[in-house]
Amino acid sequence: MSPVLDIAIRRRLGDFLLDASFTSEGRLTALFGSSGSGKTSLVNVVSGLIRPEAGHVRIEGETLVDTEAGIFLPKHRRRIGYVFQEARLFPHLTVRQNLLFGHWFVPRGTRKPAELDKVLGLLGIGHLLRRRPGALSGGEKQRVAIGRALLAEPRLLLMDEPLAALDEARKAEILPYIERLRDETRIPIVYVSHALAEVARLATTVAIVENGRIAACGPTADILSRPDLAARPRAPEASSLLTAEVIRFDEPFGLAQLKTRAGPLVIARGSLQAGQKLKIRVLASDVMLSLEPPTGISALNVLPGRITEISERTGPGGSTVHLRLICGEALIAARLTAKSAEMLELAPGKAVHAVIKSVSVETP
Amino acid sequence: MNHWLSPEEWTAVRLSLIVATTAMLASLPLGLAVALLLARGRFWGKSLLDAVVHLPLILPPVVTGYLLLVGFGRRGPIGEFLYDWFGIVLSFRWTGAALACAVMGFPLMVRAIRLSIEAVDRKLEDAAGTLGASPLWVFLVVTLPLCLPGIIAGMILCFAKAMGEFGATITFVSNIPGETQTLPSAIYTFTQVPGGDAGAMRLTLISIVISVAALFLSELMARMVGRRIAVE
Repeated sequence: MSPVLDIAIRRRLGDFLLDASFTSEGRLTALFGSSGSGKTSLVNVVSGLIRPEAGHVRIEGETLVDTEAGIFLPKHRRRIGYVFQEARLFPHLTVRQNLLFGHWFVPRGTRKPAELDKVLGLLGIGHLLRRRPGALSGGEKQRVAIGRALLAEPRLLLMDEPLAALDEARKAEILPYIERLRDETRIPIVYVSHALAEVARLATTVAIVENGRIAACGPTADILSRPDLAARPRAPEASSLLTAEVIRFDEPFGLAQLKTRAGPLVIARGSLQAGQKLKIRVLASDVMLSLEPPTGISALNVLPGRITEISERTGPGGSTVHLRLICGEALIAARLTAKSAEMLELAPGKAVHAVIKSVSVETP
Repeated sequence: MNHWLSPEEWTAVRLSLIVATTAMLASLPLGLAVALLLARGRFWGKSLLDAVVHLPLILPPVVTGYLLLVGFGRRGPIGEFLYDWFGIVLSFRWTGAALACAVMGFPLMVRAIRLSIEAVDRKLEDAAGTLGASPLWVFLVVTLPLCLPGIIAGMILCFAKAMGEFGATITFVSNIPGETQTLPSAIYTFTQVPGGDAGAMRLTLISIVISVAALFLSELMARMVGRRIAVE
């Protein structure tokens, strides 16, 4: 089986050198990095808007670009659905015409009947068909743009910060639709973002983009909790990502009992139904370590585990260290002061207890 | 209308409309191509092409007319070629008047279309490309509709210029009633004869009516198109 994405390209853009290579097996691969790191240039190479000087782009085994073999498929023959940051709907066409735009250009031989109804239902935009883009809200425009890309029967969906131009309420409106896309369609997705919360919620695989290079690539839970990545300057806080199932909901206290691969957890996050599946995230700075099982503390979650990695000292004046432990079958990231780490003589292999406050567990 | 316009005057009005419409329609394909070239092309001699296109705007119309006479007259290099190969004669014919009007209106048309092409968001064209549209289709279904207001404005400007063209026309094709005597030439003729004031005034009024009607029409069309492509 070929990987979903197999990309290795080089292209100079002014003073900037894009030199990125990675492979991904993920249903939704997030390209994560700060602004100016080259994420958009990278997806523009994949979509055919930028031509690389050297390298290849393969999607599920099909070669779109291979400079050595002299292959360069022009953008209109790549069948890549591109959802831009600004929706880029055609202002002179109705929503319906916008949606079906790509469908007209699918070659007759391979064209399937437009699954317009399915896409309308998936994105909740059925009531907008007769309108023009000028009369839509930001969130509606973006959903129409996603629908337009889907109806072109793409082999891959590129989403370049589709939520960046929207306020929090509009983001919350669209995120569930992207999750449905990931879970219900067969189309792999590349999702560009500089927002960690979106990446944690959506991505199955993360590639970290830095100065035009791929600094790391792997499963989301692994990448987000890696101490060496968290220890780099200006890196976002490490976090542990767990999938959880609600065992029962404790009505009097409003607490949910969860089953996770790290062990049982109690969280305080709104009303949840037994049997419900959810993703939870714990920031490394919200995890406390104890050598003995602690008693007489308020925190409700204590997970026994073992340290696997400790980073170099980082932070202001080298005051902190990043650690990763294995609790049950899951990886938990923690950030402590270097002083605590020395007092407790923490080292890889040492058994510890991770203490997590119920109120600090997030549901991205 | 025949009651208060003499047959000769009526002929001049009709001829003017035919000449202006022909000039406008005939120069549209070339105007579009040149506007596209100037807006999007990157080639050596672009500023030279730009200057040549604008030349009729700067030169005295009589100079343009004389150059047309030299080039497109029966003995002129282009005129001779057209006659020998296609049997087309332009000098002292209404077709010549249309050519003179088209040349004079061309810079106005190109300028309006070029500005509207430059205003089209290239990002929309990129989006159309990723949706499977080849460059030709992108031009036809995205670029062209989006610069339609500019095209309409360019056509109206060219038409209006053609309706009023006098210097180049009279120099190139003279002032032959029924063949090359357009409205301005007819008005000029009236002012040159004793007792022609009433005729000149009648034609002047018609000139004003046609110009205002063209302006209204263009305004109406621009509004119709503009409503469709309201800014996102």
